[in-house]
Amino acid sequence: MSPILSVKDLHVTFGSEAGPVRAVRGLSFDLERGQTMAIVGESGSGKSVTSLAVMGLHPDSARIEGSITLDGEELLGKSDDAMSSIRGKRIAMVFQDPLSALTPVYTIGDQIVETLLIHSPMTKAQAWDRAVELLDAVGIPDPATRAKSFPFEFSGGMRQRVMIAMAMANDPDVIIADEPTTALDVTIQAQVLEVLKKAQKETGAAMILITHDLGVVAGAADDVTVMYAGRPVEQGSVDDIFYRPQMPYTIGLLGTVPRLDHSGDTALPVLEGTPPSVVSLAPGCPFAPRCPLADDSCRSIEPELESTDSPSHRVACFKAREISEQGHSHHDIFPTPAIRTSQYADLPRDERETVLELSQLRKHFPLMKGALYRRQVGTVKAVDDIDLDIRRGETVGLVGESGSGKSTTLLEILELSKPQSGAISILGKDTATLTRRQRREMRRHIQVVFQDPMAAVDPRMPVFDIIAEPLGAFKMGKAEIEERVFDLLDLVGLEASHADRYPQHFSGGQRQRIGIARALALNPEILVLDEPVSALDVSIQAGVINLLADLQGRLGLSYLFVAHDLAVIRHVADRVAVMYLGSIVEIGQVDEVYTRPTHPYTQALMSAIPIPDPGVERSRQRIVLTGDLPSPANPPSGCAFRSRCPKYAQLDSAQQAVCAGSAPVLSSCGADHRVACHFGEALTVL
Amino acid sequence: MARYIAKRLANYVVLLFLAVSAVYFLAASTLNARAVYAVRNPPVDPGVLDAMLYRWNLNDKTPILERYLVWLKGVFTHWDWGFTATGAWVNDDVSIKMWVSLRLMLIGTLAGIIVGILVGAWTATRQYKPSDRAFTGFALLIVCTPSFVIGIASQILAINVNRWTGVTIFEFVGEAGRHGSYFGAVFFDRLQHLLLPTLALLLIQAAFLSRIQRNLMLDSLGEDYVRTARAKGLPKSKAVMKHALRTALIPTGTYVAFSLATMFTGAFYTEKVFSFPGLGAYFVDSLMNPNPHGVVAVTAFSGVCVVCGAILSDIAVAILDPRVRLG
Amino acid sequence: MTTDTIAESTATPRRRMSRSKLTLRRFLRNKMAVVGACGIVALILIAIITPHMLPWTYDQIDSGHFLKAPDGRHWLGTTQAGRDVLAMTVHGMSRSLIIGFTVAVLQTTISCTLGATAAYFGRWSEKSIMWVIDLFQIIPSFLVIAVIMKGHSTPKNSWLLLALLLAAWGWMMTARVVRSLTLSLKHREYVLAAKYMGLPAYKIIARHILPNISSLLIVDLTLGVGYAILAETGLSFFGFGVMAPDTSLGTLISEGARLATTYPWIFSAPAIVLVILVMCVNAVGDGLRDALDPNSSSGGRA
Repeated sequence: MSPILSVKDLHVTFGSEAGPVRAVRGLSFDLERGQTMAIVGESGSGKSVTSLAVMGLHPDSARIEGSITLDGEELLGKSDDAMSSIRGKRIAMVFQDPLSALTPVYTIGDQIVETLLIHSPMTKAQAWDRAVELLDAVGIPDPATRAKSFPFEFSGGMRQRVMIAMAMANDPDVIIADEPTTALDVTIQAQVLEVLKKAQKETGAAMILITHDLGVVAGAADDVTVMYAGRPVEQGSVDDIFYRPQMPYTIGLLGTVPRLDHSGDTALPVLEGTPPSVVSLAPGCPFAPRCPLADDSCRSIEPELESTDSPSHRVACFKAREISEQGHSHHDIFPTPAIRTSQYADLPRDERETVLELSQLRKHFPLMKGALYRRQVGTVKAVDDIDLDIRRGETVGLVGESGSGKSTTLLEILELSKPQSGAISILGKDTATLTRRQRREMRRHIQVVFQDPMAAVDPRMPVFDIIAEPLGAFKMGKAEIEERVFDLLDLVGLEASHADRYPQHFSGGQRQRIGIARALALNPEILVLDEPVSALDVSIQAGVINLLADLQGRLGLSYLFVAHDLAVIRHVADRVAVMYLGSIVEIGQVDEVYTRPTHPYTQALMSAIPIPDPGVERSRQRIVLTGDLPSPANPPSGCAFRSRCPKYAQLDSAQQAVCAGSAPVLSSCGADHRVACHFGEALTVL
Repeated sequence: MARYIAKRLANYVVLLFLAVSAVYFLAASTLNARAVYAVRNPPVDPGVLDAMLYRWNLNDKTPILERYLVWLKGVFTHWDWGFTATGAWVNDDVSIKMWVSLRLMLIGTLAGIIVGILVGAWTATRQYKPSDRAFTGFALLIVCTPSFVIGIASQILAINVNRWTGVTIFEFVGEAGRHGSYFGAVFFDRLQHLLLPTLALLLIQAAFLSRIQRNLMLDSLGEDYVRTARAKGLPKSKAVMKHALRTALIPTGTYVAFSLATMFTGAFYTEKVFSFPGLGAYFVDSLMNPNPHGVVAVTAFSGVCVVCGAILSDIAVAILDPRVRLG
Repeated sequence: MTTDTIAESTATPRRRMSRSKLTLRRFLRNKMAVVGACGIVALILIAIITPHMLPWTYDQIDSGHFLKAPDGRHWLGTTQAGRDVLAMTVHGMSRSLIIGFTVAVLQTTISCTLGATAAYFGRWSEKSIMWVIDLFQIIPSFLVIAVIMKGHSTPKNSWLLLALLLAAWGWMMTARVVRSLTLSLKHREYVLAAKYMGLPAYKIIARHILPNISSLLIVDLTLGVGYAILAETGLSFFGFGVMAPDTSLGTLISEGARLATTYPWIFSAPAIVLVILVMCVNAVGDGLRDALDPNSSSGGRA
């Protein structure tokens, strides 16, 4: 069978301030009907540029060379009009961000109708009927009414379904999905991936799936291309890539990611450095500076993509043969740092001091609506009477999807003021009783590290000033500050020479280190971490995670670690609390909760997370939650989860009445394991 | 929505009341109506003058607070905005002059809006091409030139055109002039007088709006949904017109609504340059030949126009943007 | 393979251009902006140096030479009162420049102080500041300034009073923009971090918020100069601006306007200088905007 889409030696170059950006350099692949090829890479690897080149949607300034053929027909060099008749008809695309990808002023129905009418002769009424059918196919409830809604009235997951409906509207030969689930929560991601699979099945299209998430790849792709600095560095079947990787970069990507199904007792191997800029590439293999195996030939000549023993598995690495012959794994190639353990590690939990305690903490705020004229339409129970305690030297993970209230909890703690109701106690002091001065003094003991390293440090201050700022706020002497700043730089693994540079000179991982140094400046005892690694590229996360673990051991810190990524939490946390709609639904010791999740939500959440192992993904039974998160201003009565609960659906009506009648409270279901469910049963989902 | 507008309106009424009162005190304390009679020959008898000024509530010997209260009572009870120093009723003056202003502004403003939007949208799609540079350069020149300079320059040009063609194509003094006795002569004469100021206004309005529209358009051209529209198979021009321009019109809509509402008072310079006896000219005269009540009335009227403009803008954005209408 | 250190990506960061260098480079690439900047510098130099070198001063009256066309004695002719148009234009230009810069600096200071205060503190301070903005905006500024100028200006203080009034009625739009930018910065993580490390509010505003909207403030300051010069011209045109014998471009144009069709030199010299001046300022403002904001493509003030 001849491939439906064939890309040969594709090169894409843009102009920029700093010089030509060689975004894609020599990409080739063939795609058969019904097959899915994943393009994997970190930001700047050229994966998205490839998709725009295939669509012919790159900016005019881009120079494109090579060949792209669709069913034997050359696409490069076609006029825009000729490409327009192909786009949306034979090649369709699903973009990353469904929030901005739909025109805000037209209804959903109109936008799908437009897609249909461009390419097929039908009446408007026929097109509308077809649009409603399509919305039904992608699982939009009540499609006839919802077609008349505007994009802003849809949730992110729903919008992505609409994008998929538009993509399948004209029965395309190829669907390109560019990070289709990156902006979505995991349970929604699972739904959307299902819909995408369904769309592919119904249209029989080939699919290019662009993503950075190896778990998604393992579950969805037949073939994989790994890209690095604009170049394909390894290509092969999904099993080749996951089970027999031969390029150190691929090996590193797979080995340095925390896994949901592995407990995190040991440090992660570390892939040092950051991807190079594609503007000024040094000669040689672009991965050589980060590759522990690199030698002089790696640094002078860039290896070509060559077949290995199996012809479909191709690798661009001089060391590939050595790696496959000696069976190197990531542990053999990448360094695993030693991490100091805390002095409290051996002390049983009960004997440690409680450093942070929340009791019945509540934060409700008014839900406002309207762009011009704002009015209150309800009350959001962002945090609804939660209890949580952190002991000295331990890490408590707080997980949940957006809207679960985990970030609100964290901000409430950091305000150090009297909560709406309930109490916050830090180092034994109730924050409600603090005077202004005491509150300021308390800030020494509790500090924060934020999610986005781009936003967490002021871009206009040099690193020294950033780290010195909290010291200055507490009136420390000049000489003392200087000494402390250099100590801190050393502590987080930065060099003294970095002190007078500005944040924009640093990579994401380094910026996060600056943020950590600033948080540690005042010698706090408690560190609140708000998604500290989720904005980092996967190859950089491991270094920051190891650093946090090491600091905890050395300094005896206590962490409240907020994240949506359950795999990271499993790796770093001692205890975990799962939040849903403002309440903690399950809490306990990490391995206990991960091996015996008892709340149906925890089970669904874990089941929704893709695992970077194609064999595991194929055999897994996935629990896919139906529907979206209900409006937090108007949750269901009784148990807030019951509207989406797979368990609830199986209960008889008398039992359902219990769920609807009263909200379950946390009750013990094992040693240090409590769950808030009337009918909770442990289940193995991993 | 209705409740929201009512609330805003109430707030505006308070603001307007405060602002107009402040202007009353300013005007009444600095503009002395007595000055109008200072140069009369023979001089007016002081006793008679005092009585006259007192009747019109313009006597500077009356405490200013007292004058203000009398004036305020007049406004609220009889919708009486007071008298000029020569005894004319301000209500009459304003109600005549505002239509003069509107007649002057209407065509130029409307045409300028349409031309401005089209030129702005068109140049945005041709960013940095010679046609874009020519239009944006010319628009910059117009925006950087005071409108009276444009008016005067256009008059100098018009004189030369008239002279060169030997026919009086352009008339530029006043609203009407001598005309023939053929059918429609009055109308034609008015049009002739309107031609030059309208062209000047059109130019100014279009230059200003085209710069705004070009920027908005450039922003919306980079939006993801335009890329989605292209990915559906819409050719570039259609994607631009249907998706980018439609969204870029939302902020323009508010601007247009605002400039329509303030048309009555908008053109001080044009009125002065082309000798149109409109509201702007009336205001300037009221300052020159002290007429505090005229000043206050024009100020209040302008304030009402601004309020109407703000509310019209809200309505316009609600019409154009479903997020505001339904959100 | 195991090592003791925890250090990860401490390899020397890739060389990148510093922000100010990049901005300068982007600015210099914009030919219009460079021409504008040179133009402003040249005009300022002319305003400072030439008055002493010209044969006439701006307030000198050459009796018997009224309304003379340009010749060897008066290079740009004379006015009805027999004053030298060239000297008056140069003096008017320096007046306009001073007024323009004074107004721009004042109004940008007011707007960033009030805008940032309103947004950062919220609650009643925001409500009252927004209310004051509405109050100042409800009546066209021209009307109020004209009334006050008519009543209170004297030949001596007229330019200063005018500048103060233009600034007092010129800050509201920018204050609104500063407020909305501050609102978005207020929840930025580095601002929160500063708050959680115990920094007082005024320091957070001065150190973290205002510097991060400085590109807007710089552009606004530049464009503000142009707007102030135009506004000055407009008010002076009606006689509500700078008063004789002091001269600004506006008063001179106004004097020339009455006789523009018969004695065009009085009108055209200051008018041309004015347009060149304002265009230069705007070209620099637009150039700065493009250079400072990578997302902006060009153009006016929306």
